[in-house]
Amino acid sequence: MTWVRQLLAIDRRIIFLLVGAGAALPLLFPLNLPVAVTPRVRAAYDAIDALPPGSKVLLSMDYEPDIMAELFPMSVAVLRHCFRKHVQVIAMTLYPAGTGLGERAISTAAKAEGAILNRDYAWLGYKSGFQVVMIGIGENLRGMYPVDFYGTPLDSIPVTRHVNSYAQLQMVINLSGSSAADYWIQFAQGRYHAPLVIGCTAVMATDYYPYLSSKQLLGLIGGMKGAAEYERLIDTFGDARRGMDAQSLVHLIVVGLVIVGNAALFISKRSGGDGGGPASGSMTR
Amino acid sequence: MRRGPLLLTFLSGAAIAALFFIPHYKAQAANSMLLEWTLVVYAFALILGSISLWNSHARKVRNRAEGWGFSVVTLVSLLAITALGVWKGVGEGTPVDWIYNTVNSPLASTMFALLAFVIASAAFRAFRARSVEATLLLVTAIVMMIGRVSIGELISHRLPGITEWLLDVPNLAAKRAIAIGVGLGAVSTALKIILGIERSYLGRS
Repeated sequence: MTWVRQLLAIDRRIIFLLVGAGAALPLLFPLNLPVAVTPRVRAAYDAIDALPPGSKVLLSMDYEPDIMAELFPMSVAVLRHCFRKHVQVIAMTLYPAGTGLGERAISTAAKAEGAILNRDYAWLGYKSGFQVVMIGIGENLRGMYPVDFYGTPLDSIPVTRHVNSYAQLQMVINLSGSSAADYWIQFAQGRYHAPLVIGCTAVMATDYYPYLSSKQLLGLIGGMKGAAEYERLIDTFGDARRGMDAQSLVHLIVVGLVIVGNAALFISKRSGGDGGGPASGSMTR
Repeated sequence: MRRGPLLLTFLSGAAIAALFFIPHYKAQAANSMLLEWTLVVYAFALILGSISLWNSHARKVRNRAEGWGFSVVTLVSLLAITALGVWKGVGEGTPVDWIYNTVNSPLASTMFALLAFVIASAAFRAFRARSVEATLLLVTAIVMMIGRVSIGELISHRLPGITEWLLDVPNLAAKRAIAIGVGLGAVSTALKIILGIERSYLGRS
């Protein structure tokens, strides 16, 4: 059938246009779709929420701009929660291009919650070497970071003055888009027994489910969905909840395309055609 | 000729592995010292990487190799960012910060965002129920894609629960098996390197 063949050989630009519209329209006109909170994100929220005021947490934002759509809103949401609870945050990154993002996330959250540099949070910036830094913090924080990102000695910063290792930290939070999360589990939690919460991209999230079952993680925030759930828990409407509208629509379009493609294949086969598909050209054509 | 590197690998590997399990303060001090050495090695690796990047792209420009114009952009960017960083610093409000926020950040995000378009096109053309296994994968993928986003709750309140079960039961069982396999594999590879059985890191003989 001609129309089935035409459908199977649809111009990729039409698909791109559909996906583009699906992503852009909900961002321009928010749909405010509901976001159900999963037990993993609830556990992460509860763990941070239970920290008494004045507690200190180490927040490592180990990601670069390529995955900022997922992890930047998550960082802002977690930081806002900490600041609201008067939990002091010592922030850092293990990625060179994560410095600008980390600094931006902190200033966004600090502005929203009225937090002040050095009184409510410290920004240590970037240090190279995953395991080395993690073990180094466990042995002697000042050995790794004699000064903060702005060159201030750690002893001159109220937030870091009495912190020398994980022992003085009530929690470690790692927001990561890479294997850095594995190392935080291995070293900060496994070796130094620091209570650990992980936030990661959606595709990575399932890798860390076993650590939740083994109680090595207190909570897990996965992808933009997790960030949106966290935003809901702290009662804000940020980039993640806006982004979930777009993600929902794009997922729906992709599922629609897959169903249409398979229906066309089925009809084509029944009418004696070869079914088109990958044989008809490149997957990305 | 290879005895030296092999002996060094054995001693470093065995020492670091042993220090991990010895809580004595002298052992931990030695461990800290070794870690500081690693930081120095990392710093040198950064210098080595920059020199290698420069040489590789400079060669392309000299030979007018295909896409040499991009190499010029890489070299100019490398020089400009390094010079600006050393001259004006890298903190908030500096030129490096401005370039990062207005050039690097949007470019990196855009590259990653293009994936959505490619995946949609690929899914339409390649995700076909051609066998029982493919159909099973297809149905699971559709349930996951709809159930994991907000719209899934509007379609059916049961969908998020089904996706949670899929993640918590079949997925977690497979993940555990993979994690244990990877862990055992990593230990055996490390032992093979420390004991000098695996020598490919020394290069060709």
